[in-house]
Amino acid sequence: MTTERERRFVGPRRGQLIFALGFLAVSALLLSQITGQTTWVDKTAFFAQPRFWPAIGLGGMVLLGALHLRKMPWRRFTAQDREELVKWARVIEFAGWFMAYVLLVPVLGYLPSTLIFVPLLTRRMGYRGPRMFWLSIAFALVVVVVFKTFLSVKIPGGMIYEYLPGGLRGFFILYL
Amino acid sequence: MDLLLSSLHILMRWDVVFALLAGSVGGVLIGAIPGVGPAVAIAILLPATFSMDPIVGLTVLLGIYGSSMYGGAIPAILINTPGTAVNALTTYDGYPMTARGEPRRALSLAYSSSFFGGIFSVLCLILFAPVLAKVAPMFGSREIFLAALLGIILVIVAHKGQSLIAGALAALGIFIQTIGMEPVKYTQRYTYDQPFLQSGVNLIVVVLGLFALSQAFVLLTSEDEKIRTTKLRGGLFQGLRELGRHPRVATVSASFGVLMGMIPGVGEFTAQFMSYTYAQRTSKRPEDFGHGSSEGLIAAETSNNAVPAAAMVPLLALGIPGEALTAMMLSVFYVHNVVSGPGLFQNQMDFVVALYIALLVLNVLVLVFLLFATRPLIQVVKIPNRFLGVCVLTLSFVGVYSLRNSASDCMIAAGFGVLGYILKRLDAPVVPIILGMVLGNIMEVKLRAGMARVKTPWDFIDRPIAFILFIVIIIVLVSHVRRVWLDRRELKEAEWQTKTRSTRFGGLLSRRKNSLLKARGKTVRGRHSLSHRQSTDQN
Repeated sequence: MTTERERRFVGPRRGQLIFALGFLAVSALLLSQITGQTTWVDKTAFFAQPRFWPAIGLGGMVLLGALHLRKMPWRRFTAQDREELVKWARVIEFAGWFMAYVLLVPVLGYLPSTLIFVPLLTRRMGYRGPRMFWLSIAFALVVVVVFKTFLSVKIPGGMIYEYLPGGLRGFFILYL
Repeated sequence: MDLLLSSLHILMRWDVVFALLAGSVGGVLIGAIPGVGPAVAIAILLPATFSMDPIVGLTVLLGIYGSSMYGGAIPAILINTPGTAVNALTTYDGYPMTARGEPRRALSLAYSSSFFGGIFSVLCLILFAPVLAKVAPMFGSREIFLAALLGIILVIVAHKGQSLIAGALAALGIFIQTIGMEPVKYTQRYTYDQPFLQSGVNLIVVVLGLFALSQAFVLLTSEDEKIRTTKLRGGLFQGLRELGRHPRVATVSASFGVLMGMIPGVGEFTAQFMSYTYAQRTSKRPEDFGHGSSEGLIAAETSNNAVPAAAMVPLLALGIPGEALTAMMLSVFYVHNVVSGPGLFQNQMDFVVALYIALLVLNVLVLVFLLFATRPLIQVVKIPNRFLGVCVLTLSFVGVYSLRNSASDCMIAAGFGVLGYILKRLDAPVVPIILGMVLGNIMEVKLRAGMARVKTPWDFIDRPIAFILFIVIIIVLVSHVRRVWLDRRELKEAEWQTKTRSTRFGGLLSRRKNSLLKARGKTVRGRHSLSHRQSTDQN
């Protein structure tokens, strides 16, 4: 039966205990390293010490994180917590896709990488039809043209652009 | 008059006009797509605006901020799904109107109310600007430190029932901004001898991770929904006439929006809640609220659209952002070396007025655009969730990578993306991290500068504004502690009432002390005092 304390808790139960424990553990670990990772400077006022604000931040994290954990109405892990942990882990796959795209751009260039990345990820998400394929190609093209060609955002040309003939090479590095 | 002319001169450029158009149309589109929202769009576009003039970049971002709520009303009214978080209240009365066959009336009323709110707030602020220009220079280092401290406290206490985790996350933001080379003593802080950490963790990288990448992850892991939209017939002009029949609700709601927008950390939700409650209490038909009341819809939409212009006040006048979107805009000021704060009002008043005029024009553009383009615009709500996730992930790359062309930044952003995803799954707030970073940095700099001229702690609050801010901080803290204490007492009483175990009689009396003293106690005391009086009369 749900208790009054559980009813009043803002948010779902799943994952709360894992997050609160993890947050407190990381905060306490960081706080324990404060003397090694920051410096105490002699003849400097207390408020101007380089250690002062990291101490405020980490102190607040530990104190409020501990109080949050104490106030939590649950003290035991459930199967739902484990399922939630798996869900969090699944997201790492998409973070991996993102990082692969990041590492691909300096090698292949922005346009080719985007033209590979968007349709592949669209396919991975279960859209197998030709309509979504062409839509993803169109989206990739529009993104590159709007951001690199028109808005001139700072994205370097790919290494393979070096193999292109003179005029085309400059055009690709500047605009695509 | 000269001020107005020089402000108009700033705006009379083709790139500013284009920015206004792009911002307003783009904002409406982004607002209309459930699951994207202005925060994601602004985070992605931030680095692209760095190559623009400050007025152009800020106009685009302000355009998105100001117009997204107009667009957010479309899915809120038609499919019962708010386009942006602040349109949640619009679903209460907007969707019931659609359900009973009046989608056109609901949309028209929402647009007109949003327009009124937007224009009202900009006019208020243009009139208020000279007062701000006089008050802003009274803010020195100590006052700005105290205002930033007040902002961070308000953000924490505004998360009712979650203030502990909000506080812990704000502290995380304060910690993150300290990582890297400390700029005064040139010492390393939490860099672990890693070169990529020496320049610190960039605010935009964190913003993109927490808002854009996390939202992409949410969309990529969600299911596609089949959406059926309602066909619209007829014109959309009747809302303006209907709004004219409720001038009191519209004006009071817009005033709440302006007031709440100016207070850091409060924002749209409080303004909407207050406006809606006011409208319901003063309505002749309060029972209609939540079932398609036009007054409810006016209150919700007017108040949320009055906030963006007002939220610019603490940012421009003091350099203190009150919420995540204005925190992102602050980075545009940083990049262009435009120092927002008291100096801006003294030296670049024309720039400030130009921004307000841009907001005014923007509201007109958006209304005109929506009155004619709503029907085709409805189609954007049909974009499948997971494909939208692919799009947001692709666009997030532009935002992070174009900043410094650094793969480390992208890795940090991906890390914050995962953290943001977890926080969203837990319904925990993300905004305190961003405000902790921005306000933490301001507090560090201003406290150091302020303490240099302070001999005793009392000196810190010996100026009138500093003293007022200090008193406000105390009041906010005391009222929060009181609220927590009352909640705790209420919880104890509720727990006791549902308790099934036997209880000691003494413990029972001590737990029920308050209620006994209140209800039963009053009766008994009343009877005693009566009998006592009677006895004296007899004597």
